[in-house]
Amino acid sequence: MRSWSFFAIALSIGALLFALTLWVRNDYLFFAGYVVLQFVVLATAWNILGGYCGYVNFGSAAFFAIGVYSAVAANKLGSNPARFLPDFVASGLAPLLPLPIPVLMLIAGLAAGVVGFGMGYLTLRLRGVFFAIATLAMAVVLQTLIINWDFVGGSRGAYIVRPAKAALGPVAIGYIEYLFAIMLLLAVIALTIARLIERSRLGYGFASIRDDELAAEACGVPTLRLKLIATTISGALMGMAGAPFPFYIGYVEPAAAFGLPYAVNSIAMPMIGGTTSWVGPLLGALVLGSLQQIATVTISSAVNLLIVGVLLVGFVVIAPKGIVGLVEDWRHARAKP
Amino acid sequence: MGIPFELLINAVVAGVLLGGFYAAVTLGISISFGMLDVVNIAHPAFIILGSYIAYLLNLSFGLDPIIAALIMLPAFYVLGQVVYQIYHLSFERRGQDALRGLAFFFGLLFITEVVLILVFGVDYRYVEAPYIGPTWRLGFVDLPLRMLVPCLVSLLLVVVLQLLLTRTFFGRALKAVAQDQLALQLMAADPIRIKRMAFGVSIATACLAGAFLIIIQPVEPSVGRDYIGRVFAICVLGGMGSLPGTVIAAMLLGIVESLTATFYGPSWAPAVAFGFLLLTLAVRPAGILGR
Repeated sequence: MRSWSFFAIALSIGALLFALTLWVRNDYLFFAGYVVLQFVVLATAWNILGGYCGYVNFGSAAFFAIGVYSAVAANKLGSNPARFLPDFVASGLAPLLPLPIPVLMLIAGLAAGVVGFGMGYLTLRLRGVFFAIATLAMAVVLQTLIINWDFVGGSRGAYIVRPAKAALGPVAIGYIEYLFAIMLLLAVIALTIARLIERSRLGYGFASIRDDELAAEACGVPTLRLKLIATTISGALMGMAGAPFPFYIGYVEPAAAFGLPYAVNSIAMPMIGGTTSWVGPLLGALVLGSLQQIATVTISSAVNLLIVGVLLVGFVVIAPKGIVGLVEDWRHARAKP
Repeated sequence: MGIPFELLINAVVAGVLLGGFYAAVTLGISISFGMLDVVNIAHPAFIILGSYIAYLLNLSFGLDPIIAALIMLPAFYVLGQVVYQIYHLSFERRGQDALRGLAFFFGLLFITEVVLILVFGVDYRYVEAPYIGPTWRLGFVDLPLRMLVPCLVSLLLVVVLQLLLTRTFFGRALKAVAQDQLALQLMAADPIRIKRMAFGVSIATACLAGAFLIIIQPVEPSVGRDYIGRVFAICVLGGMGSLPGTVIAAMLLGIVESLTATFYGPSWAPAVAFGFLLLTLAVRPAGILGR
């Protein structure tokens, strides 16, 4: 299947999903669905670097938070341009304001992409485990910077006022529906990108890095360039997933935006689903994300984190290839006799 | 503008005391990561677990936290052996890439934290001990006993471990495992058993470090995360598995952090450790006393 047709099909499935959720007319479904979709994007983005290239990124939360805080900063600038910007810039920008969420997402994607690009250079000297630890370190450094950055509220956090309605083309819809639709679109885009990478020369290059970086390098694979591409795409997608978050939640503070749950989830979901193809993170995010939503409502939010941890450990110990691997094994077993 | 001399000296002394504590925190990682190549990023979680156990024993029996930790040492040793056995069976023996092992420990870290939150809640807990309040004063230098006692006991721990590693069969076998596992096997020693014991020892140090931690500051379940960066920074800077190197690196980090906190404010201190780590990894991955 060509990528364009894949994109079209995924988009139509997305549209159908959106129509169905609208039809149910339950706001909670949008709130829960938004979170699940956000994790689909995060898991897919993590997998582009972690699953395809074999570089484990513990700093997903940092990229997510970069997205969150670029949106907060851009929104604050946009809400009162005369105060922060020189006059001619402010008057030039005025017709564009307030910045719509897709634009904020692009800004966030750009910022997170730049940081991702920088992280790519870390791989020059740091392989395997050391890279993973360095990403962890990077997350804490960034968190400290944000805590000490007063413009976006520092450790006090920042409030974002969410408009009541948004226009999706000619029709006005509730804001949460709007956010849901945007996240759905982003998820479709992320999955298409992941699938495109998987089936292109880029994907084979990534796989060669994952299997044996030294050998790949010796065979003339431009490893550094490929790794930079992977870290940039992965980072940018995570940032874009973070941008609508302040509008969803209404109030952000560093500890929440940099929360460990994001880092754990974006690792656990691909690991549980299966890291070798785009289906894995999608499956993992859908299963684990829905499970968490159910557990949050029925039991408690601490228990849902426990579920993630236990499933992650259980899967890496018992089923290293994830759900996708289990299904494949089952198919092979059935085909043999 | 000159920096007040007394403030500077006090900050450095506080840094040295802090460094002594950091050495205890890092010892376990120096053994597991430095010598065994087991990337135990869950180590800080075990430290927090140690803190809570010291807290419980202190609360119910009024035991001194350090004594409580000493009593719990064997339990942690066994816990470490169990964790290593699982790790070995699921990852090492299958020749699975280290990355899945990493995810395994990351999951363990997360599980421990969440379980502690479920059991104890997110309130800060602290212990009672006679040496927590008072401060010795040598001239203008402050020596809070709350910092001094953990620092001294921790240095004692380093000496004991160093003796264990250099003077006993176990220690020499451990060094041999780090160098050439196959050769040790040919000498009819079981490398897996040695590694299991060593991992047990490394988790046992976490128990003591946990007691120190709760003496130094009140503890809540997510405190451990701040230490992930510190322990790895110290371990790498110290030269991966060299105990004297670990102590030097720990003191260095303690001093730098203390100076930052004194002159720029405590909210910048965590970034220092991690900046330190990034710099070390980028510039001198072999550490100060690198092999």
